[in-house]
Amino acid sequence: MTNQSEAVKERLVKKKNKRSPEFRGKVIILGSAGVIIIAAIAITLFLTSKGLQTFIANGVSPIEFLTSTNWRPTDENPVYGAVPFIFGSFAVTLLAALFAAPLGIGSAIFMTEIARKWGQKFLQPVIEILVGIPSVVYGFIGLTVIVPFIRDHIGGLGFGLLAGTIVVGIMILPTVTSIAADAMRSLPQNLRDASYAIGATRWQTIYRVLIPAALPSLLTAIVLGMARAFGEALAVQMVIGNARNLPDSLVEPAATLTTIITLNMGHTTFGSVENNVLWSLGLILLVMSYIFIVIIRFLSARRKV
Amino acid sequence: MKFKGLMLMLVMSFVLVFAAACGNNNGGNNAGNNEGTDENAGGEASGQLVISGSSAMQPLVAAAAEQFMEENPNADIQVQAGGSGTGLSQVSEGAVEIGNSDVFAEEKEGIPADELVDHKVAVVGMTAAVHPEVGVEDLSKEDLIKIFTGEVTNWKEVGGADQEITLVNRPDSSGTRATFVKFGLDGATPAEGITEDSSNTVKKIISETPGAIGYLAFSYFTDDSVTKLSIDGVEASDENVQKGEFPIWAYEHSYTKGEPEGLAKTFLDYLMSDEVQNNIVPEQGYIAASKMEVERDAEGNQK
Repeated sequence: MTNQSEAVKERLVKKKNKRSPEFRGKVIILGSAGVIIIAAIAITLFLTSKGLQTFIANGVSPIEFLTSTNWRPTDENPVYGAVPFIFGSFAVTLLAALFAAPLGIGSAIFMTEIARKWGQKFLQPVIEILVGIPSVVYGFIGLTVIVPFIRDHIGGLGFGLLAGTIVVGIMILPTVTSIAADAMRSLPQNLRDASYAIGATRWQTIYRVLIPAALPSLLTAIVLGMARAFGEALAVQMVIGNARNLPDSLVEPAATLTTIITLNMGHTTFGSVENNVLWSLGLILLVMSYIFIVIIRFLSARRKV
Repeated sequence: MKFKGLMLMLVMSFVLVFAAACGNNNGGNNAGNNEGTDENAGGEASGQLVISGSSAMQPLVAAAAEQFMEENPNADIQVQAGGSGTGLSQVSEGAVEIGNSDVFAEEKEGIPADELVDHKVAVVGMTAAVHPEVGVEDLSKEDLIKIFTGEVTNWKEVGGADQEITLVNRPDSSGTRATFVKFGLDGATPAEGITEDSSNTVKKIISETPGAIGYLAFSYFTDDSVTKLSIDGVEASDENVQKGEFPIWAYEHSYTKGEPEGLAKTFLDYLMSDEVQNNIVPEQGYIAASKMEVERDAEGNQK
């Protein structure tokens, strides 16, 4: 009797152990995936419907919105032209990438090819520290150090694209560096061995073999950095000056899509035109981030190694 | 199996969403109930109250709420800052009991102003602030308008140092900007310049940028880092605002949807009491609404 009941008990326990965790694991994993997918779809739908309100409910012309350089929401005849902000966002992003790409890829190569040990021990933690600094701190340092420096040594007011570029460039530097370093590390060792075997120097190996082989991944690193730069709001807002017209030079105040949204969001009331146009600016940001993702997918598909 | 898993996942996420939504509703209902019953039961106020809105008013209301909660330990008042627009939107939707605003609800588009009840808690005076080295301490309104519209670009043209003028503006939708443009610039549109939202950042920029001019509430003129301007020879002081001689000022409004009840009413009464109006309001750099000798309506007409 005891034996039998023991056997039954064992069978029951065994069954439970075998099926239950497997099922639970499936649910948790599927659930997490589902939440992410639903969140992405929900945000897209919400932002699209909110962003199109400006054109559907408030009757703002989308052509004017995308081509006019005037942004005067409080005038008697309000004009909503987002060109200065679109220009500002692209200018900051591209210039920051120009600043961060050579520095980031250079230090990635240093870390992986030249001073492996030292790079791993010293440079890696430094980059991790840079990642950890909150963006408001970058902005505050920019406002206190970079803006007066530009004003005294380069000219203008200090507030402008140049200050924004430097701050954002430093912010995306760690992103670019760490992804570029991963790309260089993932290159197979036999590429290097083969190159050295036919008598190439270290520099020739890096320049002619390793960089071309890792190029798609390196470009992905830059595009990911640009995507971050495009979306950065707080630090840029503190140093760019937020003027609503197209800047004539790098040291004149400008504005980006994100800074206009953060500056005006709290003051406007839900459902008003002034609030809806901010959602439209947000929609442009979302579309741009999708384009960045498409570019990254395209680059990954071209990866050779 | 695949389909079943997918269904489960969907159900789970819906449950999550509903749980979150219901949680909120319950909180709100409880708060309402508590207010009603406890108010009737005795003098001690208790319950929960959520206030949102103008970031300029947040320190004042938060300080008053803190003192109120010390006297009424059973009351829990949360004061959030999200901007006047957010406050007005949330109070008209019923998401919060009190919405603070720097501007009249009538001035904001999309707000059912007739459903809201205005409580003018305090008055805030504002004036132009300049970098200390521009050498100007008094401007005529005419010159002020010329400076802000970009007609005058150097301080020497208005009797100051030979220094180019840099404008520091607020965003278009800001209540501070609306007040300054309406009463300081007689409605003239300011020329483009640096634009910042937070008063502290504006103050920092003015104090560090040679030739800069912007506008700040009186409470920010606490040191010599920026110079407070008189306008048309009238000093920007609390007394002159009270007498109606200094033109640039605005009410700080607390709006409720319909007449306030329960804890909201008790707290608003407390805000209007002498204890708050004579102590906390001036301490925080505002002018007591009860001391104003002049009044203004939503269109800006002074009585």
